[in-house]
Amino acid sequence: MSLASENGALASPLRAEIAYAEPSMAGAGDYVALLKPRVMSLVVFTALAGLVVAPGHMHPVLAFFALVCIAVGAGAAGALNMWYDADIDAVMSRTADRPVAAGRVQPGEALAFGLTLAGFSVVFLGLMINLLAAGLLAFTIFFYAVVYTMWLKRWTPQNIVIGGAAGAFPPMIGWAAATGGIGLESTLLFLVIFFWTPPHFWALSLYRADDYLRANVPMLPVVAGEAETRRQILLYSLVLAPVGMSPWLLGTAGLAYGAAATFGGLVMVVLALQLYLAPRHTAEPVAKRLFGISIVYLFALFAVLIAERALGVQHFGIPFGRVLA
Amino acid sequence: MSFAMERQPSEPGIVLTAAQKRQRRSRSIAIALALGVFVALIFAVTLVKGPGVLVRPL
Repeated sequence: MSLASENGALASPLRAEIAYAEPSMAGAGDYVALLKPRVMSLVVFTALAGLVVAPGHMHPVLAFFALVCIAVGAGAAGALNMWYDADIDAVMSRTADRPVAAGRVQPGEALAFGLTLAGFSVVFLGLMINLLAAGLLAFTIFFYAVVYTMWLKRWTPQNIVIGGAAGAFPPMIGWAAATGGIGLESTLLFLVIFFWTPPHFWALSLYRADDYLRANVPMLPVVAGEAETRRQILLYSLVLAPVGMSPWLLGTAGLAYGAAATFGGLVMVVLALQLYLAPRHTAEPVAKRLFGISIVYLFALFAVLIAERALGVQHFGIPFGRVLA
Repeated sequence: MSFAMERQPSEPGIVLTAAQKRQRRSRSIAIALALGVFVALIFAVTLVKGPGVLVRPL
């Protein structure tokens, strides 16, 4: 069937197609934004820590390639998250300007972009580095895009507790890329990020509760109230402090790390206690401070870990750690 | 050549605005750069791994 009618006008199917296929207004920057570059930078940093801390030597080019694959995989998960969550993002002030929510990138484009990058990152990590690292990366992308984004986020106030595992895997992937295995050390790094996530995100959600309520996302402050959220933040901070110190206590990190983790853990607990005790009208600035400090805390721990290994610092963990390690 | 193909459609179809052309150009440059980086990375990894480039541990 000809698409042009007798008088040269376009036939209706093509006209409809043209109306649907509105030329994209997305720039390269929008596709970069789909990758959640700030989250990606934290993923790369923690994965780098896993790579650096791992025993043995990995060629720098291969290490860099592994990090690129992990970064692209994390970006792919971010793009898939923005594809699925565009409805939520559009009604939240913090996320309303994201490319899909703002309409600059079509949902199908974000989906294709995310799936393509996910496929490439996993396949090439598997082909060039090892299958365990690739499998962990694939599972992380699946966990973030499907388990967290599609299921947990809209279903339970424990969404960021369980979903936090997705953000905790990168050091384990880095370790697996370097060693081909999963050691006690990488499991400890996983646990540090896992227990760091709830105080970090719940502090944010305390002063963004209206956003989550409007988007109908069952974040803890929306479902259980502000007081319960502050109590949970304190409880998780109390767990986080010793977990943060565990790489030193078990002899897998040095004295500098031990000092940083002890001091940082103490600051986190004190801030969480301040938040717990603060009168309602003064809680917001404390929550914002806790949110900011939590980022510094995690960054500092992993930076010290990398620095210790780069400087060849001997580990001076408590002796029983040597027995366990 | 068919009759339909000989005749020019009276409607212009999709005509990009200057802003759309600018965005398309930025996307094209980004794709070119990404492809270049990808090729360079694979080349570098191939050099490092040598003949056993696809030999990998579990």
